[in-house]
Amino acid sequence: MTGIVGYGAYIPRNRIKLEEIAKVWGADAPSYKRGLLLYEKSVPSPDQDTITMSVEATKSALKRANIPPEEIGAVYVGSESHPYAVKPSGTVLAEAIGATPEVHCADYEFACKAGSEAMFVCIGLVESGSVKYGLAVGADTSQGAPGDALEYSAAAGAAAFIFGKDNAIAKVHHTYSYMTDTPDFWRREYQFYPRHASRFTGEPAYFKHIIGAAKGIMDKARMKPEDFNYVIFHQPNGKFPQRVGKMLGFKKEQIEPGWLSPTLGNTYSGSSPMGLTSTFDISKPGDKILMVSYGSGAGSDAFILEVTERIDEIRDKAPKTRWMLDNNKTYIEYGTYAKYREKIRMGT
Amino acid sequence: MFPARYWREIPQRYRLEANKCKKCGRTYFPPRLVCADCKSRDFEPLKLKDEGKLLTYTVIRVPPSQFIEQSPYAIGIVELDGGTRILTQIADCNLDKLQIGMRLKIEFRKIQQDGEAGILCYGYKCVPV
Repeated sequence: MTGIVGYGAYIPRNRIKLEEIAKVWGADAPSYKRGLLLYEKSVPSPDQDTITMSVEATKSALKRANIPPEEIGAVYVGSESHPYAVKPSGTVLAEAIGATPEVHCADYEFACKAGSEAMFVCIGLVESGSVKYGLAVGADTSQGAPGDALEYSAAAGAAAFIFGKDNAIAKVHHTYSYMTDTPDFWRREYQFYPRHASRFTGEPAYFKHIIGAAKGIMDKARMKPEDFNYVIFHQPNGKFPQRVGKMLGFKKEQIEPGWLSPTLGNTYSGSSPMGLTSTFDISKPGDKILMVSYGSGAGSDAFILEVTERIDEIRDKAPKTRWMLDNNKTYIEYGTYAKYREKIRMGT
Repeated sequence: MFPARYWREIPQRYRLEANKCKKCGRTYFPPRLVCADCKSRDFEPLKLKDEGKLLTYTVIRVPPSQFIEQSPYAIGIVELDGGTRILTQIADCNLDKLQIGMRLKIEFRKIQQDGEAGILCYGYKCVPV
């Protein structure tokens, strides 16, 4: 049976507090904090992007998997902030880890579910025997226009998973996808920032697709919310994953280990995959985990995983996600943030 | 940076690939074709360690144009575990707290970009452990 043989995450060290952003735009920080359950977010340094974070997350996944990188037959990077418009992120990643040249490589895009798309395809390729190991990465240096509500959440981070058949730390029991054409969030060609349809991003978009995918996979597996130890939903803010969990009948304790957004922000393609890494960090053999991603446009991928005994052997071989979130932080002011995120256009 | 030159240096910039003279044991980074000591051409590949200590550093406050966004920043000589010394940028650090002897680790970073339309150049930098 196909499973995850190694996992890793990466979070940049810079943080900006929600109050610092609200102060610049004259917004009411306490009401944003109450409304979105967001307190601070990660910010990439000027020399970090989707590619660099993917490499660091993958290095951790390789330490835990303990496999030769040249045996990886597929390298897929899901992101909506690929540094190049034309030229894959995956080629740099594959070269940096030493997986070239006998490897299939592609970049994926589907708003915030590009990472789970990569996972979905890797599972299929490993299960069919086409590749021995498949590497799937979800990473983003998310964009939010200055002053837009997205600016309070758009963050940076990456998660990497290596799929294989032997020595899994978690077996993949079921997968399920739920997708419709729903224009809730988009970025047109040559536009620097994405746009969104405000409240339309809620009920007909995020909630409809996550609930559809979660119910669909639980029906397929004949399981109920109480059968799972943990659940991870896409985290565009702190509030939505808690609310959708409650609507589906999950308890707070099932959600909290993978609930990173209040102090991480929304890492877009990295969001639910990073929640899965922090859930692995605290899980025990036999635990059953449900992960449901969401990508605007719109769709959700769902996965049911069961943790194996190998988790105890490999967990400490790389930095834990929650540790990276809570340690080595550097708080920056809005001016530095604007410079780092290229919101200030330099003269030439 | 010209794409062909960047491409030639990928093994050492991405993966810290050095080589070691099979005859006298001297390590070269970047790799060399002929050993400067014993003139041997017989080498074996060597992957450098990804942690080390800071030997010395300086702070750049008036950088070349492609590094303006990062200014001020530190450049240092780092002795990696195993003994090889590399010249590298020290990223994500508090410049006032840099200390000779402090532990550093390698991270994969963007080194520079060739203007608004040229290639992006990646490679190693060091960050505090």
